[in-house]
Formats: sequence, structure tokens, C-alpha cells
Amino acid sequence: MISNNNLKSLYKDILKIRIVEEGISDRYSEQEMRCPIHLSIGQEAIAVGVCKNLNDKDQIVSNHRCHAHYIAKGGDINKMINEFYGNSDGCTGGRGGSMHLFDQNKGVLSSVPIVSSAIPLGVGAGFYFKYNKQNNVAVIFLGDAAIEEGVFYESLNYAKILSLPILFVCENNLFSCFTDIKERQPKNLIKKISKTFDIKTSFLDGNDTINIFNKTKKIISEIKKNKQPQFILLDTFRMFEHCGPNKDDYLNYRNPKLIKKWDKNCPLKKMEKLLISKKILSLKQISDIKDKYKVKIDNIFKKCRKKKFKGPNLKEIKLYA
Amino acid sequence: MPKKRIITSSEAINEATIIAMKKDKNVYVIGEGVNDPKEIFGTTKNLKKIFGKKRVIETPISENGMTGLCIGSAMMGLKPIQVHQRVDFALLALEQIINNCAKAFFVSNSKHTVPIVIRLIIGRGWGQGPMHSQILDSLFAQIPGLKVIMPSMPRDFKGMMLSAIKDPNPVIVLEHRWLHNIKGSVPKKFYSQNINKPNKIKNGKDLTIVANGYNLLEVLEIQKILNSEGISFDLFDLNVIQPLNTDSIISSVKKTGRIIVIDSGFKNLGIGSEIVTRISENCLENLKSKPVRIGLPFMPTPSTRFLANNYYPNKKTILCAILDILKKGKNKIKLEKKLKNNIPIDVPDLSFKGPF
Repeated sequence: MISNNNLKSLYKDILKIRIVEEGISDRYSEQEMRCPIHLSIGQEAIAVGVCKNLNDKDQIVSNHRCHAHYIAKGGDINKMINEFYGNSDGCTGGRGGSMHLFDQNKGVLSSVPIVSSAIPLGVGAGFYFKYNKQNNVAVIFLGDAAIEEGVFYESLNYAKILSLPILFVCENNLFSCFTDIKERQPKNLIKKISKTFDIKTSFLDGNDTINIFNKTKKIISEIKKNKQPQFILLDTFRMFEHCGPNKDDYLNYRNPKLIKKWDKNCPLKKMEKLLISKKILSLKQISDIKDKYKVKIDNIFKKCRKKKFKGPNLKEIKLYA
Repeated sequence: MPKKRIITSSEAINEATIIAMKKDKNVYVIGEGVNDPKEIFGTTKNLKKIFGKKRVIETPISENGMTGLCIGSAMMGLKPIQVHQRVDFALLALEQIINNCAKAFFVSNSKHTVPIVIRLIIGRGWGQGPMHSQILDSLFAQIPGLKVIMPSMPRDFKGMMLSAIKDPNPVIVLEHRWLHNIKGSVPKKFYSQNINKPNKIKNGKDLTIVANGYNLLEVLEIQKILNSEGISFDLFDLNVIQPLNTDSIISSVKKTGRIIVIDSGFKNLGIGSEIVTRISENCLENLKSKPVRIGLPFMPTPSTRFLANNYYPNKKTILCAILDILKKGKNKIKLEKKLKNNIPIDVPDLSFKGPF
């Protein structure tokens, strides 16, 4: 059974991510956050449900859609928003923009916007844990299109051969940019693939935060105990466009019924309903938490927007360590 | 003076690896064939016996994935030495090398270092052909964040390997297969060697020659013939290709007024093109004659020795280029006769029977 405190904490993390991303969406047209952004709105449950079971030494790797993973793993929101504004106080000092979020102190090893490119890095982190006999786990977040890349198979294969402590988390949001998974993969390939490598595989509803939290808790303790990789496949849906601050459903590339179905299944709304029905939080309390977070995060946006870029200039940047 | 110890370059590489692995438990060796009976032409000899399978790791045939694994582990603090038996196989790993390996330090605001050594062996001869003999030095040198070295002497193979392993940056080591069996004096102890600039190995007055890898040996072999004609030259071993530090070459050309650059790779868009450009930017007024580039023709390597004959520059082409730049062309026929010509063109010497 999940404790009330854990429920509240999961809710607050989803809320934090949602408010940051809505903050980006609201302000993007000001043209001060001048980098591509890939919002996770609708997909927060996976990041939060999985990362809540990790400690700071456990490592995650992510992809172009990395905001939720970064925040859920404890990444510094101030540094993240600074990065969006291209400030020198950003988590990569303005070198990477939104697609390269990382936080060494919190175990966000790397985010790489080339599909599948971060997967072997995560295998490397798992390899490091095994090499040093360190009882941690490396979590690799990947999308459904990642399994169309060769390096995904190379990574899965060797993680199994070496018995590495790795959790592959495949978020299937059904579309790669505008292209339906049906046009890219044979039916159910994604469900079978990890099993063919003899890797224990679980299928979860990607918007059911509590179930994800409970199941990954067990899975992660199994990985740490048995030193074997595992794979979770979760269906989910992104509510905004692939890249940018808006919804793009007017383009009609996704069935309106599908959009409606997933909108009803919004992880944030679901959590709020549950907290109220279980009388863990009242409507008033929820509204207060929201206001408190909103004020706090709005202030970060305001401060970051005002900041001036403080060097180094291009010539001072070191190419080598 | 103690007697000098003579070993081959492949033994020197092996020795450097063993010393580094003994010194630092974070160093590990990984690659296709590192544990097989041929032991990467002897360079990984005894490693498994001394350090075990945990640190000497045989891999599936997955170049890109394995490179990513090395990079991820290096970001976490390990020091992989990754081996590819040919440059050509590493092309499958270019995505990881160029995106993650080269850029991790930059994109992490200098927080991540990737102390990885990637050994790439260059094949030549015995019909290696278009996909077993590519050099691609300028391709790797084009990527900011990578260091690229190409040792030529046994002593350098050891010292530069040790420096490369110690270096916090990714280092690509281009290792010419025909150099593995070359013998030379190599100190037994640990030592490191510069991997930041080219090495000036001869002083002379008439011209400046820049070469590396196997070509460097060919220059050294015709040295006597040239000296007998009263020709002397500054010779640079361009064993560090990136960072490409040309200060000492430019000073040399200011003195000699003549330069010949011999590329191990393609002449077209090769390292020599960059060096000659820098010469023209910095000391055009000092040039007494047009700069000369020698390198591979811009086409894939043919397999048959009958075509490969004209593919690689050799002692004769180098000798002729030197005589031409010094306007001593009339001596060509006389001096060419002094070159030994009894070796088939697809082996480095008669004792070399493979493996290739």
C-alpha cells in the first residue's frame, strides 16, 4: 500500500513539472526562450512514478523530451529555466539548451536529442555500477521510435549479456513527430522485442502514476538484487506538439477520439481526483498548493528572464579538459 | 651508458597498457578480439591473464553501442581503452564518437570529462582494399573536442599511449599496421610524452618536411641519400594531428623557405591542406618555392597490388618531390637507383607475413 505522504509527494512532482511546462508554453511567444522545446505535458506520470524510487546516486539518461525526467529526478529547476533563456547560469551554461539537461548532483547523467543516442550511455552507467560493485541502478528513458535505431538493440543485447543493473523505460506516445507507430513498426513489435533478449518485461499504463510507482519500486529492488536488466513498456500520449509551445491537433494527424481518451486520462487530473476522493487533500488544499507552486515557479521565470548573460566569451571556452 | 632495450611497437603498446592498468584500476580494455588468440596483433597480449575478464572485455559486434557504453562509463569515472582492428569498423561508431564523445565536455559546461582512448588500426597491403585500409585522419581531426594522435616510433607508441590514457579528453590513436613490427629503443619504466604538438626530429637548412606514420619511416630511409647530396632538412613527426599546433612548423619554414607535407591520408582536404594554408597565412613572404603536398589520391584504396602500386606515396615519390623543390631534378635517375627495390609493394618488408 502506498502511503498518503507518498501520494502527495507524487502529486506535487507532477504538478511541479506541469507548472514549469505551462510556464514555458505561456511565455514562449515572447521569444526570449530561444531554443527548441519538447514539452512532456501528458507524460509526467512515467517520469515521476519511476524516479520517485531512485536515489541521487542512481543515474538516468534521457532524450530530447527530457524536462519531466530532469525535474522528477530532482534536477535544479532554476538552472533548467536559466538554460531555456540561454543564460550562463543554465545547467549547461547555455551550451546545450533544452535538449541537453543534466544535473550531476542529482544523477541526471545526460540527455541527448539524437534518438537512441543516450541509450548506450545509460548502459555505460550500469557498467560502471557493476565494475565498482556499487548497488545502484541506471534508468534509460526512451521513446517508441528509439526501438527503430540499431544502437537500441546493441544496448539491450549487451546489457543482458553483461547482466547490468539497468531499467529500460520505453514511453510509447504512439507518434514520432507526426508519424503513427503503425507506419513505422510491425504490430506489437515493441511488446515483444525486449522479451526476445530474455529481459524481464512489464507493460504498464503510462498515465497511472500510482501503479507505475508501485510496480517500479518492486522492479528496481529486483534489479538491485538480481543484477539483471529489466524493461517496462508504457503507453502514454503527449498533449502538445512534438516540438514547440502549442497544441497542434488542428493538423489532424491524430484521431480526435484518441486525443479525447488521453485527455481524460491526464495524470494530473487523475491524481487530483484520487486525492480528493480519498480525502487526503481537499479542493481548497489542492488549490493552495497550486498557487504556492505557481508563484514560486513564476518568480524563477521572471528572474531568469531578466538575467544578463555573464560570459565566458566564445574565445574563453575551453575545448579540452 | 646502459644497453638500450629494443622492442617492437606492438610490444610497446602492450607494455603501456599493462603499466596503465596496474597504475589505475579504472583503466579497462574493451573491443572485438581483445581476448582472442591473436590478441590484436600482440598489443593486448597477456592482459586477460594479468587483469581478468572484468577489465579486459570482449564485446559483441556492436561498435556504436560499445562506444556509447565506454563514453557513459567514462562520464562516471572509468577510463576505457577501446580497440578497433580497423579504422573502417569504427565508422559504425561515428555517431557516438562525434555526438557524445567529442561534445560531452562542452555540452556539460566542462563538468563531464570523457577520458577514453580509441585505438584505430590502419590496414595496408595484401589486398586490404577499400574498406580495410582507410585512414581518415582529417575526418577525426575535423571534430572539435577529440584529440587525434598517430605515433610512428616504438618509443612514441608507449609514451603517447600512456599520455593518452592519462589525458582527461577523448584521444583517437591512429595506429598503422605496418608500424607494429618496427623495432626501436623503448625505456622500460613509465614515462609520458607530449600529445599537444608535433615532434621535431631532425634539423636542417634546405627545406621543412612534415610527415607521420609509415611515411615518416620512408623519409628517414632516404635521408642518407639526401645527405650524400648535401641536402639537409627540418623533419617534423606530425604524430599529434589534433590539437594541430603548427607554430614550430611555421618557424621552420620561415628559416628554410620550403615545405613538403606528406599526408598519411588523402591529399585532397587533408591535414597537409590545413598546414599549407597556415603557412601561406603566416609566412608566404618567406617561401622560396611553392609548397608541396603529397598524399593519397582522392579515391578508395584498390585491393590489387597492381593498382595499389600508384596509390601510396613511396620513397621514390618523396625523393623526387624533394629534388624537384630544390631544383635538383637532374639527379633523379642517379639517386633513384640507390633506392632498394626488392620488396613487393604490398608488404612493409620481406619478413612480414601477416596477419594483416
